[in-house]
Order: sequence, then structure tokens, then C-alpha cells
Amino acid sequence: MTDTMPVGATGAPPAPPAAPTGAAGPRRPGRHRHTARYVRARLTHLLLVLLAVTFLSFVVVDLLPGDAAVVVAGENATPEQVQAVRETLQLDRPLLIRYVDWLGGVLTGDLGSSFRTGQPVLEALGERIPVSLQLAVVAQLLALVIAVPLAVYSAYRPGRLLDRTTMTLGFAGAAMPQFVLGMVLIVAFAGGFSSILPATGYTSFFEDPLANLRSIILPCVTLMVAEAAVYRQLLRSDMISTLQEDFILMARSKGLRPRAILLRHALRPSSFSLITLSGVNLGRLIGGTVIVETLFAIPGLGQLIVQAVFNRDYMILQGALLFVAVAYVVINMLIDLLYLVLDPRVRRDV
Amino acid sequence: MSDVQLTAAVPAVATTGAGRRIGRVPWGYWVAWTWLGSVVLAALFAPLLPLWDPAVPDYSNVFGGITPTHWLGGDTLGRDTFSRVVYGARASLLVGLCAVGMGAVVGGILGMVAGYFRGRVDRILSWIADVVLAFPGLVLIIAIVAVLGASLPNLIAGLAILSVPTFIRLSRATTLVVAQREFVQAARAYGCRPLRIIAREIAPNVVLPVAAYAFIMVGVFIVVEGSLSFLGLGIPPPTPSWGGMIAAGRTELLRFPHISLFPAAVMFLTVLSINYIGERTRKQFEVKEANL
Repeated sequence: MTDTMPVGATGAPPAPPAAPTGAAGPRRPGRHRHTARYVRARLTHLLLVLLAVTFLSFVVVDLLPGDAAVVVAGENATPEQVQAVRETLQLDRPLLIRYVDWLGGVLTGDLGSSFRTGQPVLEALGERIPVSLQLAVVAQLLALVIAVPLAVYSAYRPGRLLDRTTMTLGFAGAAMPQFVLGMVLIVAFAGGFSSILPATGYTSFFEDPLANLRSIILPCVTLMVAEAAVYRQLLRSDMISTLQEDFILMARSKGLRPRAILLRHALRPSSFSLITLSGVNLGRLIGGTVIVETLFAIPGLGQLIVQAVFNRDYMILQGALLFVAVAYVVINMLIDLLYLVLDPRVRRDV
Repeated sequence: MSDVQLTAAVPAVATTGAGRRIGRVPWGYWVAWTWLGSVVLAALFAPLLPLWDPAVPDYSNVFGGITPTHWLGGDTLGRDTFSRVVYGARASLLVGLCAVGMGAVVGGILGMVAGYFRGRVDRILSWIADVVLAFPGLVLIIAIVAVLGASLPNLIAGLAILSVPTFIRLSRATTLVVAQREFVQAARAYGCRPLRIIAREIAPNVVLPVAAYAFIMVGVFIVVEGSLSFLGLGIPPPTPSWGGMIAAGRTELLRFPHISLFPAAVMFLTVLSINYIGERTRKQFEVKEANL
């Protein structure tokens, strides 16, 4: 196995993110050096991904039909006015030069400002990011809090009532499209049969914590249901296979209580796929959840991005996409590092 | 297994069921196949079925309830909901099947190439996959729709592009394992050319997991298509689509919930059937049982 798996031991370009346990190579003495090399390789890879994503977004935006200058100048603008706008916005320069220019700005912390409102991009992002972040984190936590205990118990007693019930519910939850679930929740709790929760809108936590929590309940539940279902299923099946391992037998023969075996011995080695998936989902959710934001009229990143596409607001779009890509990349990297923390075997193999 | 207190009663096929006991199939499995089969058949033969024209408004049937002539009532323009649901199935299934099919073929092949050759090819393909995954999918779809226009083929193309990276990863990971097996080594020792090894030795072993995943992705894409239509970015209006129908009934949700409810229920049941069948199929390759 080891001879065909090239390991990034040559110090050459970044090794591709192989499955963490698969990259067994010739062991070297300095463990920390290996970890450092691994981190460095990942960083290089991620930096390249970021460059590609931002460039791709430049190209995509450039391909959008309709002249941004015309859109910005308004429908009744004279050709001279349009030309003036084009020059002010520097849209007449080649794509590559604009990209390099923008990159330079990014490196010095200047993301430009909106073509439409003149608002600095950083400020616009600053308004939206906390909203999306809160939704994403709360939804993820809810999903995990619900899924993990159910999964652990279902793995402990597969086929029992709880397992079967949650599995059926999970199938239903996973098959429910978000926009349908959201509509149903609105009818049930916000205007139809009862109005105990606000149907739309978002209140900042610092303005009014209670109103904030009330305003994010329905969106978070909408986001959470399908994920909790998938998480339960995933953790349950990983856990069932962990429970067959020898060290579990060992723990049982020592006479440990089931609770200790499940939570202290089995949960950690079973949690890898779950962590990977919830990391991916967190990254995705932080990038905005257009459906839920639209349904519940929440001013998050998703809405900002969609509006920017339709308004040809390049600067906002570029900034937002940059943030989304950075979030995705950083979370993925953190998860890779989390493997190192959680599983000593990975640490050794890196 | 001897510990009475801890031994889990190994249940029948339904939950941990491995493929060994194929004989006992839960009734839900047949229900799922029956539902899926009827949806597919109805979609295929929609023009031959005695249905109302899905595009013709009927002012006597606006917000109409369930009647012997209009089985699922009428929508905001009085068009027959049942007929529109059947025609909507064509759009949803077409998008789901074509996009996933294209994504699975392209991604599957690229993944095998990356996983077999490793090295530079692998690095480049993994990098491309990462780039596409890090790019918000919705923006890509909106951009494609905006550049090329909202239409069925463009939607399919956009979704196919989005699904390629996941298939690359899946097929690459499977290939990495398969490539270590003896028969691949043997083929290599014989002096088979790499492409032949990929096509004859590796592909048959990669097809199954990729197909199982693709099946579930069809359900995902039916929902995605629905969501896009719900946002007004999907299949453009006169053509019926489930998402579009659900969105159209949104304004009358409280007074006439059935306008949104019926297409939503059909979509839900279809995706549920796909997930259920997919999950069971996947499990048949998996021989795991708890023995704590």
C-alpha cells in the first residue's frame, strides 16, 4: 500500500488532500515537522483555490449579459454619460488588469465600494456576515444536538422503536424541500393557525436578544431538519461499525457501563464523517441560504449575492464571493486539522 | 454476543438489513417502487393520457377544489392541477436524470483517471474540483441562466457542472482502493495499457458506488430544480414544474392551500421514494451489524 502512495515527502508542490489515514509514508522522526509540512501544503493548495475562485468569479461576472455601465447609469442615460460611468468604474480596462488591481486592493484590505450605493464593500459585508453566521451556526448546533444522541442510542439498540421511529422521521425530513418546509412552518406558527413567531424579518441580537431568537427560530428549524436527519443516519452507521471493533470488546470485558463505552470509547472514533459533513455544511450555510433568506426576508449574504448578480454590482459580488470561498476553505482546513487532534493515528501518518 | 444485557436484538431486514436476507423486503420498499414507477410512467406517457391541457386556463376552475373532472382541483388560473403535476414530473425528472447522468459520467471518468494515475493529473483535477466546490453553486446557476437564458438545457448543464466535483471525489476515492487490489496489479503485470485497466478492471468496481450515489442525487436535484423554480430562476413559466407550481400557490397559501400542497406532496413522495430505495440499495453492499 505504501509504495504506490506518493507522499509529499519530496517537498514538492502540495500533496493533494488524500484521505487522512491513507497517506502512510516513510516515518520520520520529527512529528511536528510533518504536521507543519502538512499544514503548509494545505495552505498552498487553498491559496491556489482561492485565487482560482476569485478569478473565476471575475470571469463569470464579466460574462453576464448587459453592460454594467448601462445598468449603473440608468436607462435614460445618454451614451456620453454611460461612457463617463464606464471610465469612472474603470470598466473599459481589460479583465486581467482589473483582477490584478482588485487583488492588490484585497491585500491592502480595500475591497472597493458598491457601484450602486457607493457603500464600501467591507461595510456591506459586515452587515450581512453576522446574520448568515448566526443562522448557520445555530442551525448546525441544533442539528447536531438533535442528531447525535438519537444516533448514539439508535446504534446501541438498532432496530428498536426509537431507531425505527427516528429513521422514518429522518427519511421524511430529508425528503422535505426547504422551501416547502418553510412555507408549512410559516402557516403553522406565524400567521396561519397561530402567530406565536414572526414570519419574516430579522432583529439583531444586540438590539433585542429575545426578538433575535424569536426571529431565527423558524429559519433555523427549516435549515436544520434535513441535516439532522442525514447526521443521525451517518453517525449511526459509523457507530455501529465502531462497536464491532476489538477495543469495544475489550471495554466490555472490563465491565464498563454501556454509557461509558458509547460516549467515551465509541463516539470519538465514529465521528469523522459527521465532522467532515457538518463542516462542509457549515461552510455552505455561511455562504448564505438564499431560499430561507428569501422566504423569511432575512438580510443575509445569500440575498446580497443574488441582488448583486441582478444589479451587476461587481464589487459587492466579488467581495461576497471572496468571503464565501475563504470561509469554505478555512473551515475545510480546520476540519483537516481537527482530524489530527481527534485521531492519533492520523497524526502519526501525516 | 453472549452478554444478555448488552446484546442488541438483531432486527429484521428493515433497519440493519444486509443483503443476505433479500427474501423479506419491507412493504415500504414496494410502495416506494410503485410510486416512483407510476410517476415515471405518467411523465413518459403524459401526452397519451386523457388529461386536461396543462397550459389552458379555465375560469370556472380558478382555485377549484377537488371534483370528479379535476382530481386535484385547479390553480390560480384555473388550470388543472393533476395534469400540471403530471407534466411537471416530466420537467423535474428530465432535469434530475440528465444533470445527474452527465455529472456522473464526466465526474466518474475524471475521478478514475485522477485516482489511477495520481501525481500531477490527480493534483490538477482535485484542484479543479475544489474550485468548483468553493464557488457558490447558486451564483453559477444564476450566471448561466443570465448568460444563456432560462431554459431546460441550460439548467441541466448548470446542475451537471455543479455535480461533477462530488462525483470526481467519490470515484477517485473508490479508485484509490480498487487500484490496490490484486487483479489490477495482475493486469498491470501483464502489461495492459492504463486505459484498458481503467475501463476493464477499475470501472466495473467504481460504477456501483457511483450509481448508488447518483440515484440519490436525482432526488436532490429534483429539489434543487424546485427551489430554483421557486426563486423564479428555474424552468420559465408556461411549462409546468413542481417548484413553479408550489411558488405560484404561495400567495394563496392560507385560503387555498391545496394549490401548493398537491405539487409539494407529489415532490415530497417522489424524493422520499428515491431516498428510501437508494438507502436500501446502498445497504445491500454493506455487511454491518451491531454486536455491542
